[in-house]
Amino acid sequence: MTTSARARRERRTGLAFISPWIVGFVVFTAWPILYSGYLSLTDYDVLTDPAFVGLENYERMAADPQVRLALWNTLQYAVVQVPLYVLVSLALALLLHQAGRASGFFRTAFFVPKMTPPVAVGVLLLLLFNGQYGLVNEALAAVGVDGPSWTTDPAWVKPGLALVSLWSVGTAVVILLAALQDVPAELYDAARVDGAGWWRRTRTVTLPMISGALFFVTVVNTIAAFQMFTEAYSAYFGAGTSSYSNDAALFYVIYLFREGFAELHMGYASALAWLLFVVIMLVTAVQLLVSRRLVYYEGEQR
Amino acid sequence: MRGRRTVRVVVVAALTVLAVVFVYPLVWLVSASFKPRAEIFDNRLLPRTPTLENYLTVWDAAPLGLWLANTLVVTALAATTVTLSSALVAWGFAHYRFRGRGPLFGLVLATMMLPGAVTLIPTYLIWHQLGFVGTTVPLWAGNLFGSAFYIFLLRQFFLGLPREPFEAARLDGASEWALFWRIAVPLCRPALVLAFLFEAQASWTDLMRPLVYLQDTATFTVPRGLKAVIDQFGPGGESQWEVVVTASVITTVPMILLFFAGQRYFVQGIATTGSKG
Repeated sequence: MTTSARARRERRTGLAFISPWIVGFVVFTAWPILYSGYLSLTDYDVLTDPAFVGLENYERMAADPQVRLALWNTLQYAVVQVPLYVLVSLALALLLHQAGRASGFFRTAFFVPKMTPPVAVGVLLLLLFNGQYGLVNEALAAVGVDGPSWTTDPAWVKPGLALVSLWSVGTAVVILLAALQDVPAELYDAARVDGAGWWRRTRTVTLPMISGALFFVTVVNTIAAFQMFTEAYSAYFGAGTSSYSNDAALFYVIYLFREGFAELHMGYASALAWLLFVVIMLVTAVQLLVSRRLVYYEGEQR
Repeated sequence: MRGRRTVRVVVVAALTVLAVVFVYPLVWLVSASFKPRAEIFDNRLLPRTPTLENYLTVWDAAPLGLWLANTLVVTALAATTVTLSSALVAWGFAHYRFRGRGPLFGLVLATMMLPGAVTLIPTYLIWHQLGFVGTTVPLWAGNLFGSAFYIFLLRQFFLGLPREPFEAARLDGASEWALFWRIAVPLCRPALVLAFLFEAQASWTDLMRPLVYLQDTATFTVPRGLKAVIDQFGPGGESQWEVVVTASVITTVPMILLFFAGQRYFVQGIATTGSKG
């Protein structure tokens, strides 16, 4: 049959085109996931072969105060940073949406900081949030507020990092603005005819219509927040910064990185990676479940 | 209508203030790099006694030229390979119908959500096994196999192409490769540029992988080098902030240039990912 011959050829060609991804998936995704599962059950320092130790790494993890500290730091950061980030990007997008022709110019202003390498963001954090001379506290002083020691007071390290992360909202703003521009104008007109004010229109028309994009931004940013590394590492860790305590900035991935690549505890670090994987999956699953009730997708049954 | 005009004036005023807040740190950084050490924290917009001294100092203190060259090579390789390989895969998913295509593409999407920390250590061990730890190869070679985000993005563009030109070319005896390379790729050039720019930004600014894979200063990328500069001249070291600031400017400026070179691609591209995602 020519049709089945054609189908077979189409299948062969299609698979040939996607074969780079299949190879990459097996080598750089599937195998690493399985192998890190195995490594998490071993004692491995790269120099000698992995030695099977059963669940020892997991038992050690449960008793490791640093793990608890790192998890707690990360959780605290995520709980503050994610809602703040989503709200600020939404607020900026709503403002841009009202700005008419000027919105392109402002959109650029909000996006440019996103291009800054996170290492340099760490530098800016140390300088602008400096408790004594920093620009942020200088601005706060101008309005009569005595700013905290953002970079040295353990209570203010995470809020400082969360605030600095807002500097990179550019991508989220662009995504949300695009979603806002997709909302059909008739919906607003209808709401206006019904006498709905700005707040009611936003709550009953805008937010439901962009809930898909809001959900996307929330999920992606939550996963990123749980993997916070570069800005904190750049500012508070590294070869030179052993002179003062940086416990408040010990995020989970920083601890994992140090265990794996500074201490060469590859087995333990793999166990740490698995715990993070499970935590992130659980959080994402909860977000998915909640979103079923809150997110409206076009084309769905109304 | 007067009410609406007032609203617009308020909105534009608010946006102006916010835009200044967003752009000012960059301006501050660049300005500080032209200030002598004692004036870094005076937080003035324009340096009182502008100097090029910091650039000369930093150029002597760190092999910045070499780091910039390393980063340029890594970035070019990373962006080129990921664009081409992702285009191949995206075309395979977009144009050909075969059993298992749906589930396989679902798998592509699922890998987008996979936290990078999970595969960090085994991936390191692969490159260790192949003898590439200590070189810049691990910073780009994984891109030869496509990347989920770009596959997703490019597939969207390929799906938007009409099928007729391809059927016609096929009747004329064109090979499947020619359909991809001579028709699909040229038609989707903006999307390919977009993938290239995104990856160039991601690759240039990455710190974690250079931290993991590079040991010798001669192989450093600029972000990795900047981290070394922070360690030496920053708060835990000699507290020569003017050196750190200037190295930060040198690390950042290429990205600002990249943005303005490809501005419309960046903004339109991101808008597409959100609405389709």
